[in-house]
Amino acid sequence: MPENFARFRRSHEFWLLSVILILVVGLSVMTEGFLTLQNLFDLLTSYAFLGILASGLLVVLISGGIDISFTATASIAQYITMLLANKYGLNWFIVFAMASVVGIGLGAINAVLIDRLNISSIIVSIATLNIFYGLLVFITGGKYIYSLPPWFSHGIYWFEYVDADEISYGINLQILALAVMFTLTWLILNRTNIGRQIYVLGGNREAAQRLGFNVFRLNILVYCYMGLTAGVASLIQAQLAQSVAPTVLVGKELDVLAAVVLGGASLAGGVGTVFGTILGLTLLAVMQNGLILLGVSSYYSQFFVGLVILLSVSATALSARRKRKGVMTE
Amino acid sequence: MSNAPHPPRGPDAALMSLIGSLTGDVTNRRLAILLVALVAVFGLIIGEGFFTKATVQSMAFQLPELGILSLAMMITLISGGLNLSIISTANLCALAMAYIMTKMLPGTEGFAFVGWQIVAIAVGLLIASIIGLVNGFIIAYLGVSPILTTLGTMTMVKGIGIGMTRGNVISGLPDSIVFLGNGTVVGIPTAMLVFAVVAIPMAIALGRTPFGAATYMIGSNEKATQFSGIDTKRVILRIYVISSLLAAVAGLVMMARFNSANASYAESYLLVTILAAVLGGVDPMGGFGKIAGVILSLVILQVISSAFNLLNFSQFLTLAIWGAILVGVTAVPNIRKRLGLID
Repeated sequence: MPENFARFRRSHEFWLLSVILILVVGLSVMTEGFLTLQNLFDLLTSYAFLGILASGLLVVLISGGIDISFTATASIAQYITMLLANKYGLNWFIVFAMASVVGIGLGAINAVLIDRLNISSIIVSIATLNIFYGLLVFITGGKYIYSLPPWFSHGIYWFEYVDADEISYGINLQILALAVMFTLTWLILNRTNIGRQIYVLGGNREAAQRLGFNVFRLNILVYCYMGLTAGVASLIQAQLAQSVAPTVLVGKELDVLAAVVLGGASLAGGVGTVFGTILGLTLLAVMQNGLILLGVSSYYSQFFVGLVILLSVSATALSARRKRKGVMTE
Repeated sequence: MSNAPHPPRGPDAALMSLIGSLTGDVTNRRLAILLVALVAVFGLIIGEGFFTKATVQSMAFQLPELGILSLAMMITLISGGLNLSIISTANLCALAMAYIMTKMLPGTEGFAFVGWQIVAIAVGLLIASIIGLVNGFIIAYLGVSPILTTLGTMTMVKGIGIGMTRGNVISGLPDSIVFLGNGTVVGIPTAMLVFAVVAIPMAIALGRTPFGAATYMIGSNEKATQFSGIDTKRVILRIYVISSLLAAVAGLVMMARFNSANASYAESYLLVTILAAVLGGVDPMGGFGKIAGVILSLVILQVISSAFNLLNFSQFLTLAIWGAILVGVTAVPNIRKRLGLID
C-alpha cells in the first residue's frame, strides 16, 4: 500500500488532484455557492457533454491517433435523430441506438481513410470535419430544430428529491449518460484484451503489428467508439439545450482536447487514463465555475482558463524533467 | 453552360508544362494539374464571367488573409510543431493597433499622423513577439508539446482581447489603413503586395539560410539536429516568434479589410490554415513543405471558393469540397503505391 501511494504521489494525476483540491477548498471558503449540492449537480449536468466526448477522444489519443471531427459527427447524429424522432415518435432506446449508429458510421469513415489510405489521422479528421460539417449545414440550410418530442424534452429524472427550498435534485439524463460512458471507457481500457491492445498500438505501432494484432480492426474500433460517444453526447446536449442547432457544436473540439490532454493523455499515444481525464475535465469545470462564483467578469474567464492551462502544463513538464534528472543521478 | 466557350486545348497543355517546369517536385506538379483542371471545369460551367478582371481581382483581395495565416501555421508545422494561437494573436494585435489608431491619431495628415500609425504597427508586432516568445520558451525550454502550449496561449490571448474590449468591435480606421486592405496599386490589391512582401523573404529564409535548414532538420529529427551541434531550442524559439509576427501581419491585413478589429474574428480559419498547408505538401509530422506548394494550394482553395460563390453555392459546400480535396490529394500517392505505381 505505501508503495502504491508513493507511486501515485509521483503521478500526473496526483498533481492534478492537488491543484483541484486547493481550488475546491479555496472556493468553498471564499464563496457561498460553490460547495452546494445544487451547484455540483449543475456542474455535472453542464459538463456531461464535454465529458462524454473526452472519454471517446481519450481512447483515440491512447491509440496514437487524433480526431477532431467529432463535433461535426455529433451535429449530424443529433440532427438526423431528432428529425426522425419528431416525425415517427420513437423512444429513448431507439433514439440512442440511432445516434450511436450514425456516430459509428461516420467514425468508420475516419478509420478507413486513416488505415486503408494511410493518411495521418490529423489530416483525415480536419478534412472530415469540414466535409461532415459543410454538408450538414449545406443540406439543412443551417435551420434549427426548436420543437422536440415531449417525452424527450421532459428528459429523465431518477431518485428525485426536493429540498426545503423546493429545489429538486436527481440523476438526470446527462449525469446518467456521463457515468455510463466513463464506466464503459474504463472497462474497455482496463478490463479487456482490446484495451491493452489499444495501449500497445499507441505505444509502439510496429510492435503491435509484429505481435500480430489486427491494426485495422483496432483502428475501426477506436474511431467507431469515438463516433459512438459523439452520438450519445449529441443527444444529451440536445436534451439540455431543448433544441438542435447544426452550427453550435463545431468549434468545441479544442475544449475537449484540452480536457483530455490536461488529464495526462499524450498526443504521441500509449498514455492516458480515464481517471486523469476526469480530473482534467474537473479542473476546467471547477475553474470556470469558480471564476463565475467569485464574480470575475465573464469577459476575463477565458484569460484565466488559458493561464491555468499554461501554468499546469509547464509545472507538469518541469516536474517530469526533475524526475528524469533524478533517475539519471540515482 | 452550353454556350460557354471551350478552353482551347493547346495553350492549356502549354501552361501545364510551363507550371510543371516551374515547380520541380511531385506534389507541386500534382497541385498544378489540379489547379488547371479546376480552372478548366469552372471556366466551362461559369463561362466568361469566371475570367473577368473583377473575379480575378476579388480572388486576389481574399487570398492574403488566409494566405499569411497559413504561412504562420506552416513554419511551425515544418518544424514538427503546430501553432493554434495564430488567430487569437492576429486578433489581439489588430485590436491593439486599432485602439492606437482610433484613439491617438492627431488629425488626418502630417508627420504625427504617420508617426502614430507606425507606432501602432510597432506595438502590434511587439505584442506578437511577446506571445511568440512565450510559446517558444514553453515549447523549447520546458518541453511542453506545441499543441498544448498553443492551445493555452490561444485561450489566454483571446481572453485578453475579450476582456479588454468586452467583446466589442473597434472600428473606424484611418484611410491609409483601409487602403491597405481595399486599395490597389496598378491593379494589384495592396493586401496581395503585403502577402508577397512576407512570402518572398520567408521562402528565402526557409530555402536558403541555415535557419531554414535547421527548421527542416528539427522537423525530421530534433534529437539528431541537436547532436549535430545546432542550438535547436534557439531555433524553435525563433520559429514561434516568426509565426507570431506573421500572425500580426495577417491581423493588420484583416483589420484593414474589415475596417475593424475584434477578439473573435476569423476563428473558423484556424483549422483551414492547417488544411491549406497540408494540401500544399507540408508534412504535419514535420520536415517537409515548400512555400510554392502552399501558395498553389491557397490559389486552389480560393478558385473553388470564388467559383462556388459565382455559382451561388453555399460557403459550407465550399468547406466540404475543401475537405474532400485534402483527402483526395493526400490519398493519391498512397493509392498509387498500393496499386504498385510508384511515383
